[in-house]
Amino acid sequence: MKPEGFRIRTPLARVRGLGAARSGTEHFWRQRLTAVANVPLVIAFVVIVASLLGRNHAAVVQILGSPFVAIVLLLFIASITTHMRIGMQVVIEDYVHDDIPKLVCLIANNFFAVAVALTSAYAILKLSFGV
Amino acid sequence: MPRPRPLSPHLQIYRPTLTMMMSVAHRMTGMGLYFGTLILAWWLLAASSGPNAYSAVEGFIGSLFGRLILFGYTWAVIHHMLGGIRHLIWDMGYGFGPHEREWLARATLAGSVGLTILLWAIGLLVVGGPR
Repeated sequence: MKPEGFRIRTPLARVRGLGAARSGTEHFWRQRLTAVANVPLVIAFVVIVASLLGRNHAAVVQILGSPFVAIVLLLFIASITTHMRIGMQVVIEDYVHDDIPKLVCLIANNFFAVAVALTSAYAILKLSFGV
Repeated sequence: MPRPRPLSPHLQIYRPTLTMMMSVAHRMTGMGLYFGTLILAWWLLAASSGPNAYSAVEGFIGSLFGRLILFGYTWAVIHHMLGGIRHLIWDMGYGFGPHEREWLARATLAGSVGLTILLWAIGLLVVGGPR
């Protein structure tokens, strides 16, 4: 008989086998990846907002729609909405224990994050292409 | 009716510590930032929609209530970012000692409050604030 707790599979193989959640460490990794991306992107966003203070609508449109600013904003939106979607999922999984409310919250979380992301991206592209 | 799953003891039975409070603050600021993206999406959409829609956002942001929200949001962004950097340091395996973790917690808190006030001072005094 095998000794208690003895496993042939290495911890790495268990992780590659994707574990109980069927997604391995992808969730953890993506949260860190977007966290690292968020640092320069949020700083860039603050600088962009500061540069808009006191300007009228026409100037704001011109700045937000300029290629470099628009690309930085798109990266910013993609990174923060991914990060916040994963983060809120963890909060829901920690505090909502009943199956149906949990399912509803997880679905709503995804819908919210995607809606914010696409609304913002649409606005940025519209500003850029001037339609 | 299945018996409810057992839960581990939660916050209320532990003596509060600074690192625990910072963990709670990290979650709270993250959740605040999550819902605050609605303002971000609204602002971008308004900018792309035209001067009238944009002036409505400006009116809200320029009001006392709007400024209070924006001030809190600024703090939440910076606090969550510094807290996130603290987590990245931990992910690399550093900063777990009793002195280090207390020091990191204090630095995060002092940094977030200090930087928020500094940013708003620059925004209001130098640039002139939101119109």
